[in-house]
Amino acid sequence: MDVFLETFLNWRIVQEAWPILWQGFQATLLLSALVVPLGLAGGVMIALLSTATTPWVRWPLRVWVDTFRALPPLVLLVFIFAGLPFIGLDVGAWGAVAIGFFLNTGAYYGEILRAGIESVPRGQIEAARSTGLTRGQAMAYIVLPQAVRNVLPDLISNTLEVVKLTSIASVVALPELLFQARQAQSVTYNATPIMAAAVAYFVLLWPVVRLLSRLENRQLAGRR
Amino acid sequence: MSPAPIVDARAIHKHFGHLHVLRGVDLQVAEKELVFLIGPSGSGKSTLLRCLNRLEEPSAGSVTVDGIDMLDPRTDINKARQRIGMVFQSFNLYPHMTALGNVALALRKVQGLPRADAEAKAQAALERVHLADRADHYPAQLSGGQQQRVAIARAIALEPRVMLFDEPTSALDPELVGGVLAVMRELREDGMTMVVVSHEMGFARAAADRVVFMADGLIVETGPPGEIFANPQHERTRAFISQIERH
Repeated sequence: MDVFLETFLNWRIVQEAWPILWQGFQATLLLSALVVPLGLAGGVMIALLSTATTPWVRWPLRVWVDTFRALPPLVLLVFIFAGLPFIGLDVGAWGAVAIGFFLNTGAYYGEILRAGIESVPRGQIEAARSTGLTRGQAMAYIVLPQAVRNVLPDLISNTLEVVKLTSIASVVALPELLFQARQAQSVTYNATPIMAAAVAYFVLLWPVVRLLSRLENRQLAGRR
Repeated sequence: MSPAPIVDARAIHKHFGHLHVLRGVDLQVAEKELVFLIGPSGSGKSTLLRCLNRLEEPSAGSVTVDGIDMLDPRTDINKARQRIGMVFQSFNLYPHMTALGNVALALRKVQGLPRADAEAKAQAALERVHLADRADHYPAQLSGGQQQRVAIARAIALEPRVMLFDEPTSALDPELVGGVLAVMRELREDGMTMVVVSHEMGFARAAADRVVFMADGLIVETGPPGEIFANPQHERTRAFISQIERH
């Protein structure tokens, strides 16, 4: 039992590793604040393009979305980080993560938002257009607000996944929380930093999880 | 119809794939006239109505409303549509906005009025449909009849020259129909030009200047309500009227 506590829940180690872990936690926050908006922006673009009726837009878009949903994000990230320099584009760790998440996360957000847009009845657009609103105005003021509201739990759920997924940035040596925890682990020969990182993720995400389940309950209640 | 008609649709055809829904329809409506479009479902009356503000693109023909060629690609359709109010069977109120917000939206975003002016105008429109006290209610908090009256307010707030009604009472419980018809009657008394697709025969008798009977994408006959209902000239009309009357 003592060995277990010594190895996994060692308060002294936590104190020693704290500066490194704190840096990692901040980097993870920053990373999330970068990739979530990027993914959302990509998602909105994809969702708007998917309302186009011409096959010249729809087909390439389909291929794009399918590709980046099927490709494992880790592979995508390594490919961008290690592959792009060969064609003369060295984007660095942060750049690679930004591009990778824009492509991968954007595809997921895009599919969610597209489902949201399709859930808004056609009559809404017709009513808006009949009063003289343009296509773009009808989309901005009538369709998108309802679309987002209809798929809010899915958007939040995906955002949780995205924040957790930021840990893959460790493979390109970006010093986020998991990367820092493993550094600390290898310096201290102790697993406690990993446990500390798990607690940090929990503290970060648990409020969002609570919010999500409240929203889901409310939607279920609203459906009655 | 001595002066130029305010709505002038000529030789309208509409195809949906291989379905030929409108097969050469002419419809002229004079200023301040109330025209009723009736006919069995699938006769094309709703499609004709939707061609008038180009929610539906006619496959052939011409549509002029208040002197504006609606089908000319150079026409600013969004500007033209402000002169043509439309009310839908399923109300189509924006559920995420209050009644006032629903009415004020186009005033602000299309006509560019400052928020306060738009809301004052929207409030006046709600007053005309007797819902001034429901301004801050969301559609889900209103009855079907109230929702439809808000939808009418949304249309008349833009001060249109013509109002189109697409089965405005079909989705309502019977006890809520009266309130909507009363508002429509008041609009008529204020001199609004109206084209109404509806099966409210009592209302047609009392308020319509002219009834147009359509079947199979064509206008079969047209005349004052008294004549159409009491003495229809065509067999199709007679069959339809007697079927409606039985209910």
